[in-house]
Amino acid sequence: MNFYTDNENLSFYLHHPDMDQVVAVKEKNYAESGSHPEAPADCFEAVQQYDTVMCLLGEIAGEVIAPNAEAVDHEGPQLVDGRIEYAKGTRKNLDALVQSGLYGMTLERKYNGLNFPRVAAVMAAEIIARADVGFATIWGLQDCADTIQQFANEELKNKYLPRIYEGATCSMDLTEPDAGSDLQSVRLKATWDEENKCWRLNGVKRFITNGDADLHLVLARSEEGTNDGRGLSYFVFDKANGGMIVRRIENKMGIKGSPTAELQFNNAPCQIVGERRLGLIKYVMSLMNGARLGVGAQSIGLCEAACREAEAYAASREQFGHTIDKFVAVQDLLRQMRARTDGARSLMYETARYVDLSSSSKAASRVADILTPLVKLNASEFANRCAYDCIQVHGGSGFMKEYACERLYRDARILSIYEGTSQLQVVAAMKGIASGAYLKQIEVYDAKVAESASLTDEMKHCLDVLRKATDDYKKLYELAAAEGTTSERFEHTTRALTEVLSYIIMAYLLLLDSQRNARYMDSCQYFVKEAIGEVSKHMAALSC
Amino acid sequence: MSFKIVVLAKQVPDTHNVGADAMNADGTVNRAALPTVFNPEDLKALEMALRVKDRMNDATVTVVTMGPPRAAEIIKDAMSRGADDGFVLSDARFAGADTLATSYALSQAIRQLGEIDLIFGGRQAIDGDTAQVGPQVAEKLEIAQITYAEELLSVDEKSITIRRRLERGTEVVKASLPVLVTVTSAGDDCRFPNAHRLLRQAKDEVRMINADSIDADLDRLGLKGSPTKVKRIENVVLAHKESMVLQPTEEALNELSATLISEHIL
Repeated sequence: MNFYTDNENLSFYLHHPDMDQVVAVKEKNYAESGSHPEAPADCFEAVQQYDTVMCLLGEIAGEVIAPNAEAVDHEGPQLVDGRIEYAKGTRKNLDALVQSGLYGMTLERKYNGLNFPRVAAVMAAEIIARADVGFATIWGLQDCADTIQQFANEELKNKYLPRIYEGATCSMDLTEPDAGSDLQSVRLKATWDEENKCWRLNGVKRFITNGDADLHLVLARSEEGTNDGRGLSYFVFDKANGGMIVRRIENKMGIKGSPTAELQFNNAPCQIVGERRLGLIKYVMSLMNGARLGVGAQSIGLCEAACREAEAYAASREQFGHTIDKFVAVQDLLRQMRARTDGARSLMYETARYVDLSSSSKAASRVADILTPLVKLNASEFANRCAYDCIQVHGGSGFMKEYACERLYRDARILSIYEGTSQLQVVAAMKGIASGAYLKQIEVYDAKVAESASLTDEMKHCLDVLRKATDDYKKLYELAAAEGTTSERFEHTTRALTEVLSYIIMAYLLLLDSQRNARYMDSCQYFVKEAIGEVSKHMAALSC
Repeated sequence: MSFKIVVLAKQVPDTHNVGADAMNADGTVNRAALPTVFNPEDLKALEMALRVKDRMNDATVTVVTMGPPRAAEIIKDAMSRGADDGFVLSDARFAGADTLATSYALSQAIRQLGEIDLIFGGRQAIDGDTAQVGPQVAEKLEIAQITYAEELLSVDEKSITIRRRLERGTEVVKASLPVLVTVTSAGDDCRFPNAHRLLRQAKDEVRMINADSIDADLDRLGLKGSPTKVKRIENVVLAHKESMVLQPTEEALNELSATLISEHIL
């Protein structure tokens, strides 16, 4: 089984018309073409390369990672003498991916990377998450390499980036017992060791995913006497240098193959990444945006797995003389699951394209910033909903441990919590709501749809409804903000505003996708109805 | 001097994915309707060769196939999995070859590579199931052969030790080099391709070798050099003709076991 070739949605987004801009930026206008044996000469060749590599990754996901998922869920990692041992299946997954040269996919070629754009990286994450979300967290943490590539000095880049290609695992050590969502409260101490010319870490980190990784990016307080984000710096710690032990691993509800650990740093030697004091306010924020997109990819992978489990079961389970997919109530569930998956996926690849364009355009960077919380919020909530509905389609059987949907249900639950809860994503979206940035982006999509010469009557109708939903959204915003954007009334409405905007944007994106492939029209209509329905409901509620 | 390994490989129709149009009305194989794959046991042979390469200093793996230009796909595949080199014996004069003519062409091509330490190949190809080409190549090159290999146990510059399948068990054999080894489906699965090698392979051309380049007697190639004549191909559908009902008792099961053993089924 190949999790790339059996899912035509993926190739559809790899061949998006805007990929020529994405590839040109990533390849710096093909500067390495001819001088590096792997560098593509044009967009066509680059996309072919992404396709080839996704095909390889899809095979590993389908043939190795997915078959291992159940055993990994049962076995889980073990803590042995202060070190974590992965489940056997996890080790096999890692070996297959490292041997295939797939680690460090986004790294520049001089660090042995493939120099692939974010679009390809989130696709890889989606493919792997469909096979096993728990393993996808370990895989996804190689994004730490991007932070090193972007902010560290040449010495650190040359030292650590090739190791990530060779399979060194990574962790992002942020959370502490008293610093979860509030990272400004981080207390783990970093002090300069003049004699050995290095920094030393002392303190505790908690809930650290893949906590016994080879390389750690650690947020620590380097400035004595400070107590907010401006006193925090970012450090890279190499486990091989000693000074860190794993105190415990958590017994979790889901993603059980992914070790979550409490770490004790005892005078652990490390090096600073970038400049002092910019740890939280610049580097972690950048890493966190990438991580949120990564959780979006995990969520969509899980949605895809849930859809397929539900569709396969509904096509084989017979009741009243028919397979249950012949019944409207089940069809509705399946259609909604598929629509949510399509909508979140379209939004995620759109966001990933803007992330890729960010390095050459501030405008693109601003759009990436406002779309990222929408991806995290919607994809993770949809994953939970898809996992729930997947069990519903299975009926009583779905409640039993024999079916994969039970694992998906447990694995989904963390997605709307870690790397910023859904509530924090709404907070993150507030800036774009208040500034009108989302509305501006909707205008861009509206213009793109409107300029198309090939709109069907169905598409024109969707466009009309979407324009009405957008007008209603503006009225909802006015109503909510009547007493100011710091009022309680406004705060109570922020989630509704964020969700309505999300539905409108996903509907527009699917409308654009439908012009390339009519199969997305069903999912587009779902979001058009959700948008107009939700905005009307909240308007009525606020008017009461 | 480097340690030279050759892998014999074949591109075959994917008989696991046979559609309704796989056979022509006249009983011949409709090759156009069948996707092609790397012969599965040849992939196992490639993995064994790559494991030898992993253990030896300065070893090279060269993959040789005979077929139409399209067979270059499996050379690229093999090279993306770790082989160092490869080529296709492709020429109209090779067409229609049976195992005798095929093994002659392959052995002549291998002779052009100089001294070889090890040759690996799959036990048989899924389109012909003859299991003759490997042994015939060994005979023509006048080297020893180990057939039905399952596991590589050890290797050094002078010898190789292999676990091979027998009808009722396995045996461990050690052979001096050079030797030809045919590998069964029980061999280790071949490693996945490497992404970097895949990208480089996409840009490279595979060498095509014709009959003039292998110092061959042209009368021993292709249809001309093939004594095997296919009279007719029949599409056989297997169906059970006899059946028996067994009682779920210890006695009945023992009886069944004894019968199966006596008929060499178990």
